[in-house]
Amino acid sequence: MTEALAVRTIGLTKRFGRQTAVDRLELAVPQGAVFGFLGPNGSGKTTTIRMLLGLVAPTEGQAVVLGEEMPERLGNVLPRVGALVEGPAFYPFLSGEANLRRFDTADLKSPAATQGARVARALERVGLSHAAHKKVHAYSLGMKQRLGLAAALLVPRELLVLDEPTNGLDPQGTREVRSLIRSLADDGTTVFVSSHLLAEVEQICTHAAVLRAGQLVAQGPLDELRGAAQHRIEVRTPDLGVAADVLRKFGLKPEPAGSGSIVAEADGAPPAEDIVAALVRAGARVRGFSAGAASLEERFVELTGEGFDVAE
Amino acid sequence: MLQNSLLPGVRLFASEVSVLFRRWRTWAMLAALAAVPVLIGLAVRFSPKGPPTGRGPAFLDQITHNGLFVGVVGLVVCTPLFLPLTVGVVAGDTIAGEASLGTLRYLLVAPAGRLRLLVIKYLASAVFCVSAALAVVLGGVLTGLALFPVGRATLLSGDTIGPGEAFGRLLLMGGFATVSLLGLAAIGLFASTMTTVPVGAMAATVVLAVVSQVLDALDQLDWLHPWLLSDHWLDLADLLRQPISWSSFGANALLQAAYVAFFGALAYGRFSTKDILA
Repeated sequence: MTEALAVRTIGLTKRFGRQTAVDRLELAVPQGAVFGFLGPNGSGKTTTIRMLLGLVAPTEGQAVVLGEEMPERLGNVLPRVGALVEGPAFYPFLSGEANLRRFDTADLKSPAATQGARVARALERVGLSHAAHKKVHAYSLGMKQRLGLAAALLVPRELLVLDEPTNGLDPQGTREVRSLIRSLADDGTTVFVSSHLLAEVEQICTHAAVLRAGQLVAQGPLDELRGAAQHRIEVRTPDLGVAADVLRKFGLKPEPAGSGSIVAEADGAPPAEDIVAALVRAGARVRGFSAGAASLEERFVELTGEGFDVAE
Repeated sequence: MLQNSLLPGVRLFASEVSVLFRRWRTWAMLAALAAVPVLIGLAVRFSPKGPPTGRGPAFLDQITHNGLFVGVVGLVVCTPLFLPLTVGVVAGDTIAGEASLGTLRYLLVAPAGRLRLLVIKYLASAVFCVSAALAVVLGGVLTGLALFPVGRATLLSGDTIGPGEAFGRLLLMGGFATVSLLGLAAIGLFASTMTTVPVGAMAATVVLAVVSQVLDALDQLDWLHPWLLSDHWLDLADLLRQPISWSSFGANALLQAAYVAFFGALAYGRFSTKDILA
């Protein structure tokens, strides 16, 4: 129907008893996007992902993944989807390689003849070739996370659903995962990545959606989302009084913001260079000046009101 | 076309069996089962009291005449508890074990297919049932060969048969014990779909096996006996008659098939719509 969307949900709802975990969700994930799925812990991200993957049946509404309805067309859809759901899980008494073989065998459409080569390639891609024959119970959390990513990459996928993919990784590993996601996206794979680490999403995503207590509060291209946040001007100067007078002349409402700086909302402000020129002319010693969107983190807190607290 | 859809299932079944036998737990249970006839043989051979005299487990007094009877006694001793215990562990672990590891979600997302996974899990449990009975038989045969003379065997009907045929009868009895466990394996599979705690499913399965035997021992409930899972468990001795009496084998197979169908359907009903949250 809508070919351009990799994932679309229509009124998707899940209730557990009297608690509504996901409430009339309307997601639209464009094909080829790196889509950040944001929300505080307990906001319904994982339940949504489980519904997209056919693990949990929706109470109401529809989920359309890669153009086909879930969970009805699960057998057709899932071989084209790689997933990391709520942390990696393996047979601890098997080696990393044997675990990947097991999951690849469970995929009834993956070609058996090339299994060995594909498993080796996936291990290499996540930098685990050296530990391929080690039993998984000897793996660190970060190694398990990488192995989970390798399992998602066993065959070329049209869609990757990654739930907190950098959990447990050190900064080096996090960077590697980011570049892995970028290279996958460059190949045309749609990546749906849930995270509560905003800085991470900000760095790799083209689109994002924000969930709060099961409801969608914002969705769209990242620039648009950030743009919807208030623009601010910040001036760092020892001459606070002078600077405040200048800003007021432009019709702005400056407020002190801690030691040696003032901020003002940028609605209706002139271009930044004009303000700086005026400040300098007025004799204010400008030590720093910034104008621009609030970070995604500020926007996120604005939307969810909760920061990283657990939503109830 | 049929081959296309069947072959991946066969490969997954092979993977399932290989995972089962790559766990040391599986081998520990098989070793424990094989140890039962070994212990029986050693006790009879080296007991200062002399050969047994008709008391204790059935056929115990036959052992000194023919070593193959160690296997028979082993099966008779293991059927009420040890075999159901190990089958309960394996069958109770099928789905719940994957759920507790978290691997269940990855198998389903692969996608393995819920019905297919359930069937494969059951078949792998059935493979374990065969292995468990064989472990007892093999332990018995090896112990018998090592400690006792093996010659012609006297059957319940008084006829005697040669050692080759006696070994065949013993294997048949192993087959009877295997069939007896198939219904229990289906109960275990169903219990396993009900929980994400494997120990719970294992315990429930074993408790049911014991309860069935307790009810089977109460004369007041004789109307219920033909329906009980364990009703024919100890009829395996019927295979030691000449000619072989197949009626109890048939009745047992029918009863077990009914249990497999009923609990298999319950397991599918439960598992096919279950929300996988683990």
